[in-house]
Amino acid sequence: METLLDLRPLFAILVSAAAAVAIAFTGRHPNLRETWSVLAAVVKFLLVASMAPGVLAGETYEVDLVQLAPGIELGLRVDAAGLLFALSASFLWILTSFYSMGYMRGLSEHKQTRFYAMLATCLSATIGLCFSANVLTFVVFYEILSVATYPLVIHAESEKAWRIGRQYLIYAITAGIALVGGTALIQQTAGTLDFAPGGFLDAGIGTGTLWVIFLCFFIGFGVKAGVMPLHSWLPNAMIAPTPVSALLHAVAVVKAGVFGFVRLVGYIFGPELLGDIGAATVLATFAAVTILLASCIALMKDDLKARLAYSTVGHLSYIVLGVALLVPHALLGAAFHMVTHAAMKITLFFCAGAIYVHTGKKKVSELDGIGRQMPVTLAAFGIGAVGLAGVPLVGGFVSKWYLAAGTVDAGALVFLGVLLLSGILNAAYLVPIVTRAFFRSSEAHPRFNEASLFMVIPISITAVLSLLLGTHPDGLFRFFSVAEAMVASVTGISFAGGGP
Amino acid sequence: MSQIPALIPGTLLFTAFAALFAGLIRVSWGYALTVLGIGTSFVISLMGVSAVLQEGELRYHLGGWQPPLGIEWVLDPLSAFMVTLITGIGFTVIVYAPRSIRFETPGKEGFFYPSIALLLAGLAGVSLTGDVFNLYIFIEIAALAAYALLAVGDRRAPVAVFRYLIFGAVGGGFYLLGVGFLYYSAGTLNMADLAERIPELYQSRSVIAAAVLMVTGLGLKMALFPMHLWLPDVYNFAPSVSAGLIAPIMTKVSAYAIVRLFLDVFHPSFFVETLPITTLVGWLAVGGILVGSILAIAQSDFRRMLAYSSVGQISYVALGIGLANPIGLIGGLLHIVNHALMKGCLFLIGGNVRLRTGLVEIPRFAGLGRAMPWTMVAFTVAALAMVGIPPTAGFFSKYYLLLGSVDAGNWIFFAVIIVSSLLSAIYFFRVLEMVYREAPESAEGEGGGSDGGGAHPGGEAPASMLVPVLALAVAILLVGIFNVVIVDRLLEPAVAPLAE
Amino acid sequence: MEFFIGRYSYYLIAALLVVGLYGITWKRNMLKKVIGMTVFQTAIYLFFIQGATKIGATIPIYDPELGLDPVDYLNPLPHVMILTAIVVGVAVTGIALALLLRIQRAYGSLDEGTVIRKMREGR
Repeated sequence: METLLDLRPLFAILVSAAAAVAIAFTGRHPNLRETWSVLAAVVKFLLVASMAPGVLAGETYEVDLVQLAPGIELGLRVDAAGLLFALSASFLWILTSFYSMGYMRGLSEHKQTRFYAMLATCLSATIGLCFSANVLTFVVFYEILSVATYPLVIHAESEKAWRIGRQYLIYAITAGIALVGGTALIQQTAGTLDFAPGGFLDAGIGTGTLWVIFLCFFIGFGVKAGVMPLHSWLPNAMIAPTPVSALLHAVAVVKAGVFGFVRLVGYIFGPELLGDIGAATVLATFAAVTILLASCIALMKDDLKARLAYSTVGHLSYIVLGVALLVPHALLGAAFHMVTHAAMKITLFFCAGAIYVHTGKKKVSELDGIGRQMPVTLAAFGIGAVGLAGVPLVGGFVSKWYLAAGTVDAGALVFLGVLLLSGILNAAYLVPIVTRAFFRSSEAHPRFNEASLFMVIPISITAVLSLLLGTHPDGLFRFFSVAEAMVASVTGISFAGGGP
Repeated sequence: MSQIPALIPGTLLFTAFAALFAGLIRVSWGYALTVLGIGTSFVISLMGVSAVLQEGELRYHLGGWQPPLGIEWVLDPLSAFMVTLITGIGFTVIVYAPRSIRFETPGKEGFFYPSIALLLAGLAGVSLTGDVFNLYIFIEIAALAAYALLAVGDRRAPVAVFRYLIFGAVGGGFYLLGVGFLYYSAGTLNMADLAERIPELYQSRSVIAAAVLMVTGLGLKMALFPMHLWLPDVYNFAPSVSAGLIAPIMTKVSAYAIVRLFLDVFHPSFFVETLPITTLVGWLAVGGILVGSILAIAQSDFRRMLAYSSVGQISYVALGIGLANPIGLIGGLLHIVNHALMKGCLFLIGGNVRLRTGLVEIPRFAGLGRAMPWTMVAFTVAALAMVGIPPTAGFFSKYYLLLGSVDAGNWIFFAVIIVSSLLSAIYFFRVLEMVYREAPESAEGEGGGSDGGGAHPGGEAPASMLVPVLALAVAILLVGIFNVVIVDRLLEPAVAPLAE
Repeated sequence: MEFFIGRYSYYLIAALLVVGLYGITWKRNMLKKVIGMTVFQTAIYLFFIQGATKIGATIPIYDPELGLDPVDYLNPLPHVMILTAIVVGVAVTGIALALLLRIQRAYGSLDEGTVIRKMREGR
């Protein structure tokens, strides 16, 4: 392991913060404003991607900026786990930037400047927490992310939006404060806050205190990760414009919660300690219940975005479950699912948004026959849908395969049952949308008439990405290798490499 | 160099007198003198900080009389910290003042400026003196100036200030009585001298009585719950400038005086073990935090909300004293500067809003985000800081208080800090939400201020009022990010007696 | 009994303090509150002065007949302190009276209940 002083993580964070400022000041010129957004997204992705080969080669990039608290630096460190999340988030931001242009202009939305500026801020915070070297730095970015998302949630500024915004804030602030409390506990009992692969807490702290710490972090991360019963803000937050639902509430913000669990299990407690005090079982149980319940609720939702939202709740818990199983295969599956779910779910949300902008339809029951009108969009939707259900050749299969293998390794066959059952439920609530769109005819959707290219192209790219992740898990940006490297650093077990 | 401790209050006192007479001739002369005098004292304070950091503490003997008989002035890290804060806030407010005073209290400018200088002289004197009786004199000088500054508010102000005066006089009386007991048992008034003589007298009933009386007196002056009853009306009806000057620093200076007694006059062990004063202060603070925050939620008048919030916030400082461990007290002391910046900023923002729209009721704030974008940017920063969102200053003092609670093993304090953050989130986000709502279509928002003032919404505050507000907002961020500089260099040495 | 007589002045001062506090807290007329405040402050001054009295001693100016024995001189410090405190007290009383003038003009009453009720009702 080689540690290098490198400013790239800092620049990767700052580039979108700078873009947010530039966006705010060029609000009067939409083309220029959106150029900043795209430019920042591309630069950010290149910065993040440029660190991938080094991280895979076992290097760690670090930079310490200022002291946040005595002895605690505002430290950035790029490791495999952070890189994995940062890669997927920053890549998808490029697509979202293009997509937003089509979506926001298509609907002539108000306050677009605020929208782009806050989106860029959220990405800054997301990358920041990916690269945080210690818990306090993580919490700082986590809280910034919570607050920066608020203006996007209330974007519509209707009474309903304000009400949902309030609910969102209560959840988010409670989560943030719980985290701060947990962090304070760790700092005073363990004396350090630096993430360490395999964890840095030890049993000497006392089981009671460890449980309190776990509880604080469970609330803190559980809210963002939508673990039941802390999930109810997430479906409501779908009132935000679709690009926000797609990028933040399927990729960046919610994954920040899930990523928090990865850090909690792999880098704070360490799998062994968490298993010893029994917290892992609790976490896994909550996750499993969430998976099943969310899938059932999704089945009953007619509103397309609400259905997708509950699907997100369920799939986030896949990752939490994988993490909580504590065995290498499950961890690998969880890590990879962070990427594949991001690609698939953003595809679905993009499709839902495109349908809404283009036809004004929001409900599943109105979509009969729409496949003829928007074949590309619905084909992409189909790929995402079967992928989430776990059909081979799409990314979802790979991650679920490893998750399933993990449950077997862990000897927890109940969870295997949960995975299989929820796979069926996934198929049940997503696949019919596609079949009905293509195979039922309807007067409403007569002829070919696709949405704007600004939307169709990003949709196609994410759909292709979902496929590629299934056929060549390591081919694209080496996501799979990065995930393996992360598992190896946490558990000390390395795989042969190369995919299934 | 060695005159710095006496030079700061000296400059301010001289300014007060000179500006009074200059102001009688022409108001602008008085103003110019005040700005010059306060600016000079601020610069001297900064020089004092650098001198303390380089050479250690400075002692100055007034008139060449040697202590313990002569009056001693002490510039040590803690007093340098306080006096810089006082003059810094003073300078910001005096730059801000003219437009607001001319608008809110026309015709009284000539007396306003010298009173500000006198107030600052008193507070600087409290911070720097090394003599318990002298402290009484300066605290009363500051109080006299404060009564005058606060009473020129609207018709209700004199009533509120009268109550403040009675409370203040009783508080001052108790303190003076305590000084008497101390003098007749230890035979000296010099703080350093007292610190040497008191330990032999810990069992003496008059020393115990002295401690109780002095802390009660100062508690009355700092509005420690349940002695806070005078405060809300006073801040509510005062002119914005007075509130913006007095709310940040006046009560804090009394808290500082308690810290002085605790650390430097009586030894910490006396306050903790012999007589559990700190414990009592801590529990009163718990009451203050909860009551202040809950009542703040119930207010619809912006200034009144801030006033109740002040009751809660001063209790954070008291909580730091109550924890009586180094990191907790650092949190409390850091909160002095944090809250001074935040509350100063907020009251001045209230002044900006009043100048432009005449509004003080939160429910009518809709549309201000659009009308006064820069003021509201500052408001957003200050509000987030009050809630404790990192990386603003407010986060770190709460974090240190949390660390202190963990150290002390006091879980109720821990829980109260967490809960109160939630409560302040409720009342500040309520205002934020209102501010960024669209103004109602009805004529009232557009047409013209109906509740007096004659100004109409539309237009940012003038630069002389905007720049100080923004400067405070920037300071909130900078103090947050670089808080360790203050903590390491000034506060750590100050709380050293506790570490023993 | 001996104990009491030896300290009777302190008990009187304490009584005066209580009288002052009573005036401040219980009297509804605001002017009487100011009077209570003055009584309260005066009691504190007396406490300092009483502490500095010494039977048989004289003013602290060097007297060749008495020599340099400090026992024969009074401690001047409390007197100096109280001189300062009286100035402060007068200033506070002055401001209190000025406030009362404004209150009287604005509300036409100095009764605390009435004034506060009118104040709460608005302007």
